[in-house]
Amino acid sequence: MNLPLTPSNGGCRTAPVLKERGQREVFCGLTGIIWLHRKMQDAFFLVVGSRTCAHLLQSAAGVMIFAEPRFGTAILEETDLAGMADAHTEIDREVARLLARRPDIRQLFLVGSCPSEVIKIDLARAAERLTQVHSPHVRVLNYSGSGIETTFTQGEDACLAAMVPVLKDTTERELLVVGALPDVVEDQMIDLLSKLGIDNVRLLPARRIDDTTAIGENTVFALTQPFLGDTHAALERRGARHIAAPFPFGDEGTTAWLRAIAIEFGVSEDLFEQVTAAPRARARKAISQAADVLNGKSVFFFPDSQLEIPLARFLTRECGMTAIEVGSPYIHDALHGPDLDLLPAGPQISEGQDVDKQLARARVARPDLTVCGLGLANPLEAEGLSTKWAIELVFTPVHFYEQAGDLAGLFSRPLRRKSVLNLEAAE
Amino acid sequence: MKLTVWTYEGPTHVGAMRVATCMKGLHYVLHAPQGDTYADLLFTMIERRNHRPPVTYTTFQARDLGSDTASLFKAAAQDAVDRFKPEAIIVGASCTAELIQDDPAGLAETMGLSIPVIPLELPSYSRKENFGADETFYQIVKNLTRPAERTRHVTCNILGPTALGFRARDDIEEITGLLEDIGVSVNVVAPYGATPTDIAALPAAHFNVLLTPETGESACRWLEKNHDQPYTKTVPIGVGATRDFIAEVAAITGLPCRADESRLRMPWWSKSVDSTYLTGKRVFIFGDGTHVAAHARIAQDEMGFEVVGIGCYNREMARPIRALAQEYGLTALITDDYLAVEDAIQDAAPEMILGTQMERHIGKRLGIPCAVISAPVHVQDFPARYSPQVGFEGANVIFDTLIHPLVMGLEEHLLTMFRDDFEFHDAAGPSHHGGHSPLPAQEATVEIPPRDVQAPAADNVVWLSDAERELKKIPFFVRGKARRNTEAFAAQRGLAQISLDTLYEAKAHYAR
Repeated sequence: MNLPLTPSNGGCRTAPVLKERGQREVFCGLTGIIWLHRKMQDAFFLVVGSRTCAHLLQSAAGVMIFAEPRFGTAILEETDLAGMADAHTEIDREVARLLARRPDIRQLFLVGSCPSEVIKIDLARAAERLTQVHSPHVRVLNYSGSGIETTFTQGEDACLAAMVPVLKDTTERELLVVGALPDVVEDQMIDLLSKLGIDNVRLLPARRIDDTTAIGENTVFALTQPFLGDTHAALERRGARHIAAPFPFGDEGTTAWLRAIAIEFGVSEDLFEQVTAAPRARARKAISQAADVLNGKSVFFFPDSQLEIPLARFLTRECGMTAIEVGSPYIHDALHGPDLDLLPAGPQISEGQDVDKQLARARVARPDLTVCGLGLANPLEAEGLSTKWAIELVFTPVHFYEQAGDLAGLFSRPLRRKSVLNLEAAE
Repeated sequence: MKLTVWTYEGPTHVGAMRVATCMKGLHYVLHAPQGDTYADLLFTMIERRNHRPPVTYTTFQARDLGSDTASLFKAAAQDAVDRFKPEAIIVGASCTAELIQDDPAGLAETMGLSIPVIPLELPSYSRKENFGADETFYQIVKNLTRPAERTRHVTCNILGPTALGFRARDDIEEITGLLEDIGVSVNVVAPYGATPTDIAALPAAHFNVLLTPETGESACRWLEKNHDQPYTKTVPIGVGATRDFIAEVAAITGLPCRADESRLRMPWWSKSVDSTYLTGKRVFIFGDGTHVAAHARIAQDEMGFEVVGIGCYNREMARPIRALAQEYGLTALITDDYLAVEDAIQDAAPEMILGTQMERHIGKRLGIPCAVISAPVHVQDFPARYSPQVGFEGANVIFDTLIHPLVMGLEEHLLTMFRDDFEFHDAAGPSHHGGHSPLPAQEATVEIPPRDVQAPAADNVVWLSDAERELKKIPFFVRGKARRNTEAFAAQRGLAQISLDTLYEAKAHYAR
């Protein structure tokens, strides 16, 4: 256990951060619903917002919207804006209709939006009232996914943070793993922890309300996602202690993450080696195959999900890339710090965005690969830059050992495609 | 409040974006919170545009709320003008900015910009995307046109097509060719591809072709009133409508207007014997008003279908669609609630749906073939190949589009003839799907009850086993209708049981 990872040249933790304000080309927190509702199988997400919110969810959810998804929007109409007293009766009626139609729903989230925040509809009070009306079958909670307060993945943070105060109390010494992961990844993680002898593991979010997670002063928690700042704070308020670690991307990230937990639970170095040796070797092999074309290439991250810093760490250390700029919508020292330590010094770290200025920097740098949102991807491709659209990194299983090769593959595919397309005349 | 999952139309400012994005030299400064930039991806992904929409968002955040947002707006507007050097800007607010009561129009006016500033009032809580596009285009036309001499030759403007318009790109090309064929040149196409300078020149044309009423009608009316330009009322989608359109242009211009029909194949394709099986196919039509009206005529008069349902989601077209439905002996369905559409389709039990992306999914769910005829559409309906809806090539395209989802005549005949054949029974699966090769004959005889027979019959009519066995022999794609018809027939006669005889009596009753 004496093999802590160190940066090759000092890391980026103390590097100056370029903080920008201006036009931000990012999603709002409502988009978190798209993957959260898949994870929490008995939850429904009811956005109180405008037609824009419904249109956003539809655009972001793509074809998923047709599969009886467990989310919807209560669209505010002119009459709702006229008087505030009305809003609560309206919400109550829509919720009652919804719950009557979907008796399988056990948790209901009232999700605030920009319009509902601006006109200050008190959704917290509505949630309390509705919990009383519909208990014990349904628990109603509230959080904000508005664009004025949250950026993209922060929607998950706000949702999980809203759940923390109602978690059951426990005095047990347990590990709480926080962050919604695809089921397959979650299973691999639990299997690894169990082989290390750590069986008292709870998850937030749990797949169903009945598996409710408990928390207390003896709880230690690990984060699987870097965007959980508010949840981190809420868990600490309940007395739980955070295990700081790099995020489990790639071989190094996964190993470092597991090692931090292993140290906390006093797992012997022998057992750790025995458990992780084979999957580590597999991950390294898969990465080296997928990352062949990434070696020596440069990468530029536009801010999107807060995954940028740990992913830049993975791409630079394990795939041989050079980072030019690593943009993140927010940087949280307690969460991003361990990854910044490992990220080789050199790239410009930036927080926030002025999109036109950032585009100008990307055009000057001409990176080999640009990680950005869908609004920028095709326009940049048309300018001759290869892009990797960032949203896929949130939907696709990318964490832990078995996905490490797939993760590298997501970045290498655009470059491979560029080399295989040959649309010019043969001469 | 109204609970919704699917929306046929986006908010009004997305309509304004559709106008701004298809124009050149125009920039949209939109007062909107962080996150509203999601709409960019409709243009860069669905329409596959190779540039960012010309929209600058103020992307205000919670910490900016208060007096700050107004200065944020001014800074964003000044920045956009300096950076992109547009000929004119449009300014407006999205739904949230509408609530915080900054006044983009007033703010922009006080800035003293040297280019035209066109303020937009787009009520987000009562109107929708198409209104936003129509109103934006109208404001642009009203603000930018200048009096002009008529051109010496007979020319027209083509008005209405926008970005994210269903087949807008190819419709413009097709109708331009058609007009050239009949001796009319095009002065300006707008808003699609036009610059503010082009807009100024609109009054030089002799008349206007209103290609998409949803997004161009207000501008056409204004030009008629203020610049004495008549506009066409027929949208040339379908063979008959195209010929009517040509006659209308002849009446407006006094030109002889004879079109070249040498590439028009649709009428012969529809007359050829393999199309006989299309006769009386029951179709349900839903979409935007314009496309629904056009397709109702095509379906009945040019394909020989029976129209069993008509509706539209844009209430701006409610009156014409109600009148049209009445002509077909139907009641129009005017709704933007897809669940109401799904119910109506289930009730009408059509053999085919002509609709939007949403109806395609309803069709998939109900096992009814569907062709997409109207926005909203997804990326696959912005094709690389030439595929207009209007004019004679449009008619060819529509014929192919409508028949492909249907089982063609010969195939249908064979399926009925060999309905007990091992290759065509239920469990074998469609032969054209890879990985579903027919099961060996012996296994195929294993009884696999189809789900639709197991379902309890309406009004508690009981299916006797011989009738049920016979029902299973009916090809799967018409079985649902046969079951419904038979049950309705039995219910009408007060029968509690359906025997083999009832089944065939019902079949005879509904024969046509």
